[in-house]
Amino acid sequence: MKKNVKRFFSGGLGQLTIPIIAILLLVIFNLIRDPSFFSIGIAHNSDGNMVLAGNLISIINGASELAILAMGMTLVTAACGGQDISVGAAAAIAGSVFVKVLKSSGGNIHGGLVVAAFVAACIVAMLFASFNGTLVAVFKIQPMIATLILYTCGRSIAYWINGGATPTVSSPVINAIGSFIPGIPIPTPVLIVVLMAILFRLLFHFTSLELFTQSVGINGSAARLNGINSTFIKLLSFVILGVCVAVAGSIGVSRLGLINHETLLLDVEMDTILAVAIGGNSLGGGKFKIGGSIIGAYVIQMLTITLYAMKVSSTDVKAYKAIVIILLVVIGSPVVKAKFSKFASKVFNKEKKAVVKGAE
Amino acid sequence: MQEDTLLQMRHIDKRFPGVRALNDVDFTLRKGEIHALMGENGAGKSTLIKILTGVYQMDGGEISVEGEKVSIRSPQDAQNKGISTVYQEITLCPNLTVSENMFIGRGKGAWVKHKALEKRADEILTKLGIPARSSQQLGSCSLAVQQMVAIARAVDMNCKVLILDEPTSSLDDKEVNMLFALMRDLKSRGVGIIFVTHFLEQVYEVSDRITVLRNGELVGEYLTKDLPQVDLVAKMIGKELDELSDLSEGDVHEENYNEVLYEAENLSSSDAKPFDFSIRRGEVNGFTGLLGSGRSESVRAIFGADKVNGGNVKVKGQNVKITHPIDAMKHGIGYLAEDRKRDGIIAELSVRENIILALQVMNGIFKPISRSEQEAFADEYIKALNIKTASRETPVGSLSGGNQQKVILARWLLTHPDYLILDEPTRGIDVGTKLEIQKLVLKLAEEGVSVTFISSEVEEMLRTCSRLIVMRDRHVVGELKGKDLNQAQVMKTIAGGEA
Ligand SMILES: Nc1ncnc2c1ncn2[C@@H]1O[C@H](COP(=O)(O)OP(=O)(O)OP(=O)(O)O)[C@@H](O)[C@H]1O
Ligand SMILES: [Mg+2]
Repeated sequence: MKKNVKRFFSGGLGQLTIPIIAILLLVIFNLIRDPSFFSIGIAHNSDGNMVLAGNLISIINGASELAILAMGMTLVTAACGGQDISVGAAAAIAGSVFVKVLKSSGGNIHGGLVVAAFVAACIVAMLFASFNGTLVAVFKIQPMIATLILYTCGRSIAYWINGGATPTVSSPVINAIGSFIPGIPIPTPVLIVVLMAILFRLLFHFTSLELFTQSVGINGSAARLNGINSTFIKLLSFVILGVCVAVAGSIGVSRLGLINHETLLLDVEMDTILAVAIGGNSLGGGKFKIGGSIIGAYVIQMLTITLYAMKVSSTDVKAYKAIVIILLVVIGSPVVKAKFSKFASKVFNKEKKAVVKGAE
Repeated sequence: MQEDTLLQMRHIDKRFPGVRALNDVDFTLRKGEIHALMGENGAGKSTLIKILTGVYQMDGGEISVEGEKVSIRSPQDAQNKGISTVYQEITLCPNLTVSENMFIGRGKGAWVKHKALEKRADEILTKLGIPARSSQQLGSCSLAVQQMVAIARAVDMNCKVLILDEPTSSLDDKEVNMLFALMRDLKSRGVGIIFVTHFLEQVYEVSDRITVLRNGELVGEYLTKDLPQVDLVAKMIGKELDELSDLSEGDVHEENYNEVLYEAENLSSSDAKPFDFSIRRGEVNGFTGLLGSGRSESVRAIFGADKVNGGNVKVKGQNVKITHPIDAMKHGIGYLAEDRKRDGIIAELSVRENIILALQVMNGIFKPISRSEQEAFADEYIKALNIKTASRETPVGSLSGGNQQKVILARWLLTHPDYLILDEPTRGIDVGTKLEIQKLVLKLAEEGVSVTFISSEVEEMLRTCSRLIVMRDRHVVGELKGKDLNQAQVMKTIAGGEA
């Protein structure tokens, strides 16, 4: 037990230490502020289903798109040592394609059509991701610069797809994706996050993608001399992020029952990158933990909701968020970590010495 | 305390997670002496030095400089106290110019007078006889020249104590002599020099005193002239190294196979001029020549490490195309690169992951080696090559230099290649292990593996190779075998005397 505590404080748990502490602090803070903040109730929603309700549920639910994007972003970050800033715009494109296909049947939206629409959104998102990936992997352009192009023009492309309109789609299927499946009290987006996390787990279990991605990110030259095709690995990381973008875009559309190319997942790219950073992943690439980024996404969402619950106005929220995030990132930096673990080992060593003396 | 004591370290302790790197070690350096610090891979030499230079903080002990107790908190701090270092792994910035590298971090203000610095750099370079221009980008210089620049940088800091951690491992004889002249010059000016190396001859050539470490503990301090080489080795490894006699020059193994395994005609790459080359199954041959003669570039072309421009290549009689490392690996070729830090280790990944990497790549991304199998492989090679590591999950970057090298060797051995190319495999490896590696090469050959061996140490090549290809100015200028395989003949051919 003691050993675990020591490991935890000396960063031995590795990169998850900081995000877990952050979550705990936020929870404690909220509990002190309002003991009922996390109470979970059962409510009947508009369809008459029994569903879970409460702040905690809406935090976890609300963070779904962010968490999914953060998973893909982690991979791109690890392989390329840079970030894709076009995920928000790309999600708007994917969402527009999703709606375009749904609309094509003239009103009758059934399960098969939704699948087709999602597949179409996926393919389009993967194509745009390949474009980004090619610029980065083949032409060796800095990821932020390469994805700046799509960041700039992505929402215009989304505008063209539906001819400038913001069409609505209403159907029980879409409703089930965006909120609840009848009979299941957990919000569907949350289930999709779990599904995506499992898919990533399986991907890393049944392939060597994790090892190859980390190798490329840490030492590209050595990876190449060991036969790894780093161009392919980088490209692949973008394509996988593309899938995440399509999933996030489709969820976003389903929540509202419409596509608004201007506002769908607006500014999500910065939160996504932050989630990766808070998760303890180096933004310079290399070793990574998808789990860290997922926790990072929940930290950001919990922070946002906490601020709103404290009646901070939505313009001020951004400033407060920035302060907390700066704190988290600085505490998580190698410099502070090294200082901290030195301090921790000193404290624990002293204790150990005292114990030994006592034994004598 | 004696008058001329420059530096004294007493009762130094240092622990890392899972290892006790230093345990109650004393070390004394006097003015105007060259003091060799000796020990096996992982004995704690680099750690002792990093404590002295403020990279690591000691867990216990004390340091005094010129009789005054000091605490050294950072590398900057060490420099201010007159302690300069050239680290084992080159730590300069390849994208900057030579002069920028020499003066980086030492400007008083933000405004650096480029022209003046370059002039000063050129002066130092000329004085030390370093073949580089101050305005050249460092990355474009050979490893040896980069190493010399690092030394020039340290020397220019008006130091009292100069520390050289394996400075000669990438230098050729001429450059080593240049360096030694420089060291003697500094010594005569009262500088104390700490010298870490695995080359015993160099220790006897240049040092006055020797301190030996073993497993993080002090074995003792000796005057070089009173300590015969065999005794030194015995003190380092803790037992007599009697196997030395097993391998003597000219004792080249019998070849049991005749099949030609690999054959290249007019092979050329972006860095290598066209050359012909072949190797039989079970043969050990080598490329030799001065640094920059093109020996590394030639083997890189064989492996497809640089852009291949042309040539006919046959493996086991079949025409094949090798343009990328993966092609070579698929045809059973392995390549241990010269520059371990840049082309070898994946520093943040564990020993286990580093060992299985090449095998995993050959298996393909869809056939991951199971965790338990990975662990078994890692354990097997940690044991076989006697790799000193806290555990198989330790990041390879925290291993000692020599042990990192062993990990990479393990990586290629695990792929069970038909043809193994080893570029400087014994760089930074201690005497005992060096011998083990040479034996390993001969054993592999007996089992039918072909090996191409490159080493800056001619004796090492003579001991293992049955054929030497001599290069000069990027051309093959001779091939030596049989009775021509002797030091004199090799030197003559390298230097360009008519054979
Ligand atoms: N940063 C680190 N973290 C963990 N362990 C370390 C670290 N640095 C060194 N060690 C361990 O300390 C021991 C001594 O290492 P050190 O680098 O001092 O050896 P060395 O004598 O310089 O060996 P070599 O001849 O191979 O360079 C080794 O077991 C090594 O694994
Ligand atoms: Mg060392």
